[in-house]
Amino acid sequence: MDDLLQEFIAETRETLEALSGEIVAWESAPGDRDRLDSIFRFVHTVKGSCGFLDLPRLARLSHAAEDVLAAVRAGERTPDTALVNAVLAIVDRIGELVEAIDAGHAVDDSGEDLLVAALDSGAQAAAPVSVVTPSRAPSRSVRLNVDLLDRMMSGMSDMVLARNELARRLRDDGADPSVEAALERLSLTVAEMRDTVTRTRMQKIDALFSALPRMVRDTAAELGKSVTLQIEGSDVELDREMIEMMRDPLVHIIRNSIDHGIEPPALRRLAKKRENGWLNVSARQSGNQIIIEICDDGRGIDVDALIAKIAQEGRRSEAELRALSPQAKLDLIFEPGLSTKTVVTAISGRGVGMDVVRANVEQIGGRIELFNTPGTGLRIAIHVPLTLSIMSTIGVGVRDQRFAISRQAIEEIVRVGGQTIRIDRIGDTLTATVRDRRMPLIDLSDMLGFAPLDPAMLVIVSVSGGSYALAVDAVLDHEELVIKPAAPAIMATGIYAGQTLPDSGLPMLMLDCAGIAHVAGLVFTRATAADEDAVVEAVPGVQALLFEDLDGCRRIVPLSVIDRVEPVATGAIRMSAGRLRLSVEGGIIPLVALGEWAALPTVSVLRLRDGATEIAYAIKEALDIVELPSAIVPAHAVGPIAGVVAIDGEQIEVLDLFWIFSAHGGGEAEPDAPLCLLDSAESAWMTTFLKPVLEASGYRVTDALRPGEVPRVLVRMESDAAPSASQIPVVRLRREAEGASDTIFRYDRPAVLAAVARSAGGR
Amino acid sequence: MPLFLIAQIAGRIVAIESDQVESVVDIGTIIPVPRADHHVRGLAALRSRVVTVIDTRAALGLEPGTTAATRAVITIVEGHHYAVLVDALDDVAPFELAPLAAGIVLDKGWLTVGRGIIERDGEPILAIGLAALIPRGLALAA
Repeated sequence: MDDLLQEFIAETRETLEALSGEIVAWESAPGDRDRLDSIFRFVHTVKGSCGFLDLPRLARLSHAAEDVLAAVRAGERTPDTALVNAVLAIVDRIGELVEAIDAGHAVDDSGEDLLVAALDSGAQAAAPVSVVTPSRAPSRSVRLNVDLLDRMMSGMSDMVLARNELARRLRDDGADPSVEAALERLSLTVAEMRDTVTRTRMQKIDALFSALPRMVRDTAAELGKSVTLQIEGSDVELDREMIEMMRDPLVHIIRNSIDHGIEPPALRRLAKKRENGWLNVSARQSGNQIIIEICDDGRGIDVDALIAKIAQEGRRSEAELRALSPQAKLDLIFEPGLSTKTVVTAISGRGVGMDVVRANVEQIGGRIELFNTPGTGLRIAIHVPLTLSIMSTIGVGVRDQRFAISRQAIEEIVRVGGQTIRIDRIGDTLTATVRDRRMPLIDLSDMLGFAPLDPAMLVIVSVSGGSYALAVDAVLDHEELVIKPAAPAIMATGIYAGQTLPDSGLPMLMLDCAGIAHVAGLVFTRATAADEDAVVEAVPGVQALLFEDLDGCRRIVPLSVIDRVEPVATGAIRMSAGRLRLSVEGGIIPLVALGEWAALPTVSVLRLRDGATEIAYAIKEALDIVELPSAIVPAHAVGPIAGVVAIDGEQIEVLDLFWIFSAHGGGEAEPDAPLCLLDSAESAWMTTFLKPVLEASGYRVTDALRPGEVPRVLVRMESDAAPSASQIPVVRLRREAEGASDTIFRYDRPAVLAAVARSAGGR
Repeated sequence: MPLFLIAQIAGRIVAIESDQVESVVDIGTIIPVPRADHHVRGLAALRSRVVTVIDTRAALGLEPGTTAATRAVITIVEGHHYAVLVDALDDVAPFELAPLAAGIVLDKGWLTVGRGIIERDGEPILAIGLAALIPRGLALAA
């Protein structure tokens, strides 16, 4: 975290220095949109980093300034002198705080309320707060020009080659041992220097990825979502500069994915998706680029909503937007000042983001590709150039030529000829079976145009989506190599990731495993097995659905009892047989409604389930998913409401599930309810008239026993033949109102039920 | 007057303007690049750098020569270093570049590389542009 903080400080400092000119220019021309945008981006970036680094004061200041600037951007406020001054005061204060954090001493926060208050329209200008600007702490790092590092790197490589040549000459001439010892020392120093110089420029992309799990977890928790994050390719090394430039875009994209892309769990269930959102962040080297991909399985980009939003803001006409190509429509997401979400959250939805993201990526010569599947997800691929990258590689030999393969892509290496390895032809396609695992096989010598020869070694490589076996003649050594892009004519083959000059002094090509699979025509679909090792980011606490009820009250119910949320036409709701019931697919379930529903064309229905019984609960609208506070103030009387909780200062009623299920869930036959056998010649009357009455009272009723069933009570008519001698109690009914005392008039409901209950055992 | 390098390519004498030339070297071992376009002879090491070796005869659409060329002119195109193989190097001297005389149409690959004419002791020599010899990645991929 310290590293991140240092970077944040350095970055903010630099941006502030660059911004000071803009600020002065904005002061003299407050209407200048470009200046406004750059100041807005600054505070937005600070806000994003603060949330990340847990700097609440900075976050508050930058959020406040951002709100005001957003209003100015939207044309809701005009940038008058008071507003400009107030914003500038905040920008200054941000600078002071950053210096204070760096120096490690506290700054009095007394003036900050005033600074924030001064942003309100009509506010008096805040009295300038005098803060003693602390002297800057001596810097512990030096920022170097990347060109210098490049020159150092190239000089280093020359040095290695010169050493190699010297060693070769000495070997040939048979040097004396003391010279060899000196050379040995030189070699060690050179190797060490090389590592150091290499490290000055390179960084594992893990430096960028390691902070993601926490960020995803926090962001998801804040939004009441749960997200499974998968990270691949943390070992890919990337220019330090690139990593710094990639940080903001990546954070923006991931936050957008969680906020806009991945739906709340209730909606995901509706869409028949796994409740946990899926987010995959991966890095890989392909050709002369590093590709960072962010995939989610959320709702994707709603292009129509996007067009409507832009048209509504009046910047371009709807007709013009509709005429765009699908890709161009999708690219509208990069329009400045755009947000498809109406609610502004602390996370995103302010419309800054994608335009900033693209600006940052293009600044380092990269590009962004979007692959949108509405309803099922969005994949964003960021391609950044690979100016220089060091890779850990394995050398493989094909005939007399050597190639390098990224070690990261290699799963394992096996020798052909063992018991567990088979190579077969299925049709004309080569396949390898390694310990019962069957996969496609590509013969590298065949692909490279050498004469065919039986493969000797298999290198199992994994590419995004699956694995395949690459047949080679020999596997040589492991080497750390500086991979540089090869000439366009070489890259055009699609099978090389770059070229390198190993210590042997002979150029070597590095193979692009994904490219080889592509050229060979292998097709992998997205691995479904990935779920197995997925890390589940569980959101703590009891999640509950906040909804607006039919009577306009806001109520809350734990998410775990909600089986589904679905809209139903009010035609499916009837007051029938004494209570509200909802027709659902193939059945009828009780419905609870705490308000008027008849006038509405449709209502949303929560399908509540306690394991056995299902009850529908009609609501007006599902609002949000929140954590259920543990402190519940109990209700005054027992009823549908269990109590009240406070959420964001508002009183929210909590549904009493116990009451709802006890009051409305009864009358359903339970499997262990007493069985009542209608054992009579007059079964037609019994099943038609009597059965529903008994069932409504909680009995299971049958007129024919299945094997193994023993009834608790028999119901017969007076006219039926005498019952066989058995231990099962019998209730006998008669047709007439008056009759024998051991029979009961069949339409005397209370008496019939009482008799059955007595016989069934006190029920 | 610009400086020209007088060289022999495929048995012809050509002039290469010196601003395209980074250096002139002897190429050592060439590592072939399977599947690449046949204009690409392979890769070679030049100090700490890897250069792409261009088979000039193939690039000009000519028959392969009988002897393997080892001398090369290094040129930089779009940030990449290329070694353009030449049969021999004769001379470096300043010359005046003149357009091709009217009516002269070059054939084969010469057409794409020809830039004009210089005259050495009354002998006309074709001045060529090295960049035109370098195969383009995208065109090949198509």
